[in-house]
Amino acid sequence: MNILITGLITGSMLALLAISFSLIFGVARIVNIAHTAFYMVAGYCIFSLTGKFGLNPVAGMMIAVMVVTVFGLLAYKFLIDPIREHEAAVLIATIALAMIFQEAVMLIYTGDYRTVSALIEGYFTLMGVKVFYQQVLTFGVVLVILGLLWVLLMKTKLGLAIRSTAEDREVANLMGMNESRLAMITMGISVALAGFTGAVLAPLTVLSPYMWMEPLIMMMAVVVLGGLGSIKGSFVAAYILGFTEALVVFLIPKGAFLKGSVALTIMILVLLLRPEGLFGISFEEER
Amino acid sequence: MVAAGLYLKRFYTVVRGEVLVLPSRVIVALFFLVLLGMPLISQDPYLIRIIVLTSIFAILAASWDLLSGFTGQMNFGHALFFGVGAYASALLNIHLHMPPWGTIPLGAMAAVLTGLIVGIPCLRLKHTYLALTTMAFPIILMGIVFALPDFTGGELGISGLPRISNSLLGNYYIYVGTMLVLCTIMWKITDSNTGIIFHAIREDELAVKASGINTTRYKLLAFCLSGFFAGIAGGLYAHYMRIAGPSTLEVSMSFTVVIWGVFGGMATIYGPVAAVFILFPLLEFVRFWPEYRTLIFAVIVLLILLYMPEGLIPWVRDKIEKECPRCKVKNIATRDTCRICSASLN
Repeated sequence: MNILITGLITGSMLALLAISFSLIFGVARIVNIAHTAFYMVAGYCIFSLTGKFGLNPVAGMMIAVMVVTVFGLLAYKFLIDPIREHEAAVLIATIALAMIFQEAVMLIYTGDYRTVSALIEGYFTLMGVKVFYQQVLTFGVVLVILGLLWVLLMKTKLGLAIRSTAEDREVANLMGMNESRLAMITMGISVALAGFTGAVLAPLTVLSPYMWMEPLIMMMAVVVLGGLGSIKGSFVAAYILGFTEALVVFLIPKGAFLKGSVALTIMILVLLLRPEGLFGISFEEER
Repeated sequence: MVAAGLYLKRFYTVVRGEVLVLPSRVIVALFFLVLLGMPLISQDPYLIRIIVLTSIFAILAASWDLLSGFTGQMNFGHALFFGVGAYASALLNIHLHMPPWGTIPLGAMAAVLTGLIVGIPCLRLKHTYLALTTMAFPIILMGIVFALPDFTGGELGISGLPRISNSLLGNYYIYVGTMLVLCTIMWKITDSNTGIIFHAIREDELAVKASGINTTRYKLLAFCLSGFFAGIAGGLYAHYMRIAGPSTLEVSMSFTVVIWGVFGGMATIYGPVAAVFILFPLLEFVRFWPEYRTLIFAVIVLLILLYMPEGLIPWVRDKIEKECPRCKVKNIATRDTCRICSASLN
């Protein structure tokens, strides 16, 4: 039961992160290493908004997501957009950005571990295991957001534009879609989702300036396992890896050390059999 | 006497004709001279320590460039080779009591083997997939290291390794000498036919395949070569710090290598080396604000990239040198005509 809950929570978190990550990769071909750093910033925003200014948690969450989105857009506009033709440069620009966030958080909040109080206190007991309301809430909210995202991508004009740009940038541009504005919007959505993940997850984890590294690796693994740019793939892969981690932690002695290794080994094994991931479409080679 | 005089004169002519004509060559020559002559000026242990560490990381950054810069196989887990080199030499030293000159090459061999193991699954992957997958390998190894604390020392690592040489100067010359030799070898490799094929694979793998070249073999070769040099760097590091710990496998380690490589300019070898020699001492010298160190590092990297997305060194090189449009020979930027074919440079 514990395994189920931990797996579901980790899986949902990874799913949101991975989907938003592959969104911006698909549209703008930006590998945003700073993605999970935004997630961390959101967590800290909530911490100071609710803790220091005494805002109510829901408002705090909203503001945190907005703040992170603004950060993301500014970073895109001034740091990433000017050097977008140079892929390698973009890569390390985002690494540097993540480091800047980490250090800024370190300076403001010091390296101590922080916690955020839950939205709803209390728990109920299911089959002998404590289930916190916050966990149920997080899981529910993640599902709702994923549903909304699906509607946005599949049913609206913007979603169509995003999908077609992801498929073929040049043709989309020829069809009159403003590619750079679209990239900007997608960046906004992507970062907002990362911030949102941070917001719903903050009460369940401890905040530390280095908290972005571990989800980053797992998120990458999910994205690769599910197939780059495939939302369904990311969703399935996120839960596969989430449950693997939970199983390893609970069933193997010293599992906490090995959880990353096992999950990543699974990813590599799958890649050996299917280089384009579970649901990925192998891209036409860009020449 | 006469022979020596003739020899000196010839040496002078060669230096004047081949080295002094190009500012980049002068800089490289000065770099060698300054590094080798450094102990004559100052023997401050702290300074020596920084230069030694810089040399180790210069080898590492150059080896990353050999793989990722030249063949375009973006490796985000370069710390793997470094860590394998460090741990392998440390284990051999502690358990089999081998001297450092034996453990470091064997550690490098272990890293070559790792290069093969990593390289084979990675052959099927391209671009971003590859970058994201390679990131996973050091993490996997780190998990194993933590799970076997009796054998690998777990979180504390393996400590108490001997240094290569007990004297300060001996160490300095061993490390700096190794760095200069290895980087020259790497530069020569990239300048050879193999290097040209590496470069071609990065530009257009399909065309290379179509020319009848076995790209798979060359990509694996790149992984092995890169692993070899990074493994040596790892072994040297373990024997200098006298400890091989999990910090050698960290994600931030891999990222730092990528930052050095791209910051200095990819596919140049001398770029990453120069980047390490600029960034690493710079970070050491701002040690009086320890809390701002990483911040300053990141901001500098970001700002430089905004203006020089190709990397620092290629930007500088293009400023001080011009290529002759007719014979493709490099010329100093102040010349109006080519030094070989006297074609106009403007």
